[in-house]
Amino acid sequence: MKLKVNYEIALTHILTRKKQTIVAAMGVTIGIALFIFSNSIVAGFSSYSKSNMFKTIPHIRIYKEDKISKALSITNDSSDLVLISNPKIITTNKNIVNPYGLIKELRTKSFVVNAAPQVNVDLFYNSGKSQLKGVASGINVIEADAMFNIQSTMLAGHLENISSDLNGIIIGKGVAEKMNVRVDDNLTVISSFGVIKVMKVIGIFATENRNTDESKSYINIATAQQLIQESPNSVTDIYLSVREPDSAAYFATNLQELTEYKVEDWKTANADQLAQDNMLGTMTPMIAFSIMLVAAFGIYNIINMTITQKMNDIAILKANGFKGKDIIKIFVTEAFIMGAIGTFLGLLLGALLVQILSGVYIGPPVGYFPIKFDVSIFISATLFGLIASLGAGYLPARKAAKIDPVEIFRK
Amino acid sequence: MNRDIILQTNKLGKYFYDPIKFKVLDDVSFEVSKGEFLTIVGKSGCGKSTLLYCLSTMDTNYDGEITIANQIVTGQKIDNLAVIRNEKIGFVFQFHYLLPEFSCLKNIMIPALKLGKYSYDEIEERAYQKLEILGLKEQALKPASKLSGGQQQRVSIARALINDPAIIMGDEPTGNLDSKNSETVFEIFKQLSQDFGQTIIAVTHDTDFAKASDRTIEMADGKIVNHNKII
Ligand SMILES: Nc1ncnc2c1ncn2[C@@H]1O[C@H](COP(=O)(O)OP(=O)(O)OP(=O)(O)O)[C@@H](O)[C@H]1O
Ligand SMILES: [Mg+2]
Repeated sequence: MKLKVNYEIALTHILTRKKQTIVAAMGVTIGIALFIFSNSIVAGFSSYSKSNMFKTIPHIRIYKEDKISKALSITNDSSDLVLISNPKIITTNKNIVNPYGLIKELRTKSFVVNAAPQVNVDLFYNSGKSQLKGVASGINVIEADAMFNIQSTMLAGHLENISSDLNGIIIGKGVAEKMNVRVDDNLTVISSFGVIKVMKVIGIFATENRNTDESKSYINIATAQQLIQESPNSVTDIYLSVREPDSAAYFATNLQELTEYKVEDWKTANADQLAQDNMLGTMTPMIAFSIMLVAAFGIYNIINMTITQKMNDIAILKANGFKGKDIIKIFVTEAFIMGAIGTFLGLLLGALLVQILSGVYIGPPVGYFPIKFDVSIFISATLFGLIASLGAGYLPARKAAKIDPVEIFRK
Repeated sequence: MNRDIILQTNKLGKYFYDPIKFKVLDDVSFEVSKGEFLTIVGKSGCGKSTLLYCLSTMDTNYDGEITIANQIVTGQKIDNLAVIRNEKIGFVFQFHYLLPEFSCLKNIMIPALKLGKYSYDEIEERAYQKLEILGLKEQALKPASKLSGGQQQRVSIARALINDPAIIMGDEPTGNLDSKNSETVFEIFKQLSQDFGQTIIAVTHDTDFAKASDRTIEMADGKIVNHNKII
């Protein structure tokens, strides 16, 4: 072996105290494995709930915001009357003017993957005496399917028939159950504008989100325009999908410059639900972080102990011309070796745990346990483990570097 | 400066403040010539070890000036002093102070590996040569902790020699050995001085040891009381 002498000394210390090395490394192994495991669970949950959300919610939605009237009309002219009124919504219609022009413009943006018009109608489903409140989305099938992959949620019937069948409606599984209707049955809908229409169920879908399945339906966009008594060119919403959904907020601000209508990203629209994810996403890694700190403290302790036991050796090395820097190198190397062994085993153990849990089937609607195998988690765990052990070695090593050999020899 | 002077001290003074202020070294000035075998004697507590630690560059907290191999070491940076120790000074202590996990050979090689003047293989060969001089070739690969006290002391002499230092310093190198082993170590020092022209400064209580050296400095209460120049 022809290592640099500092490393050779460090390696010899490690090899002659295998037991302590293993104990210190084990601590890091457990810390790293738990770090990977918990972060993978958080990442899994978040990507599961996101993909669930994106089944019905667009990355960015453009719509006409309700305007509220001012309570006071204030003028500078003292002879004018001041008007006081109850504030209320003064929006009379929710249509976007020239939607297709806007869509064309939106599509020129490089980050926009898809832009689709949509007409949402608040309505009641009626079947015999039972009535159910819901929302029908008037869609252009090809674009909407590209955005939400509706096809994958279809339980029965054919999605594409909507484009030709103006009377056709595709309803959520919950709506079908509550209304007790099946494909080919009739279903009467009454829109909030009082338009009544008898429609034919041509398909049933299930998103596994109960709220959605018990209220939502898809209809042809032209039918939806009829239901809100608007012309074939009116559109209430424009839905956008973008390249990186996580940057939607940034894109939304960018797009807001193009239009006076409200441009809202999915995070803003779903802040409540994301708050829960965020809490889980902060707490779990914090716990893993604490475990890692304990593991680093294990290394710190063992290096500290080694240094206390090796005061004589340190004094001898210094008497023979080793500098403070060399002493630091020796003990930091020892900590690093312990940390590296521990981190490596921790990566393996973490991967194993993720592998095991990802094979656990927990039944519908979730399916397999939503845990994510994410390389970036393993990379950060590695950095984390190595940096923590370097730190855990450096603190006591600095102390060792300051040992005065004369004091040791005088004893 | 005289080229034959390898170490020179000029008015060394040092205080200890704990528990009370007292002067442990007082106006210590002397010179050591190249190849000289010098011993320092004196009653226990007179300041011999303290003086040696100052000479060794490990203790920097003193007044006056020390010059080693034409280089003023007083006031130099700690890291520079480490380099000077590594290159110019070999130590032999009363307690053998080897690194217990390493073989005898490695113990000897470590200061040379640090110096980095020779290749690993050359250093190994030189370490074997030193062991041979000290009659320990068979023990080369044994762990240092498995040797007898006398053998360990000889290994530490070999280690002190490995970088061909300007000076070997010893603080009671025979102090912890029985008379037979003391004899051996003493013979080695003499041989090093006579045959190899090695400069040696050794603190000792052993009068036989002192008598056989080239010169003995006697100390009392931090002062040199007798220079005992070579006749
Ligand atoms: N760190 C210290 N703080 C205070 N006093 C000290 C310290 N180290 C040594 N002394 C005192 O300084 C004096 C000289 O000590 P030193 O070790 O140099 O003596 P010595 O001549 O080597 O004695 P010995 O022959 O017993 O080894 C002693 O009185 C000792 O008690
Ligand atoms: Mg002493």
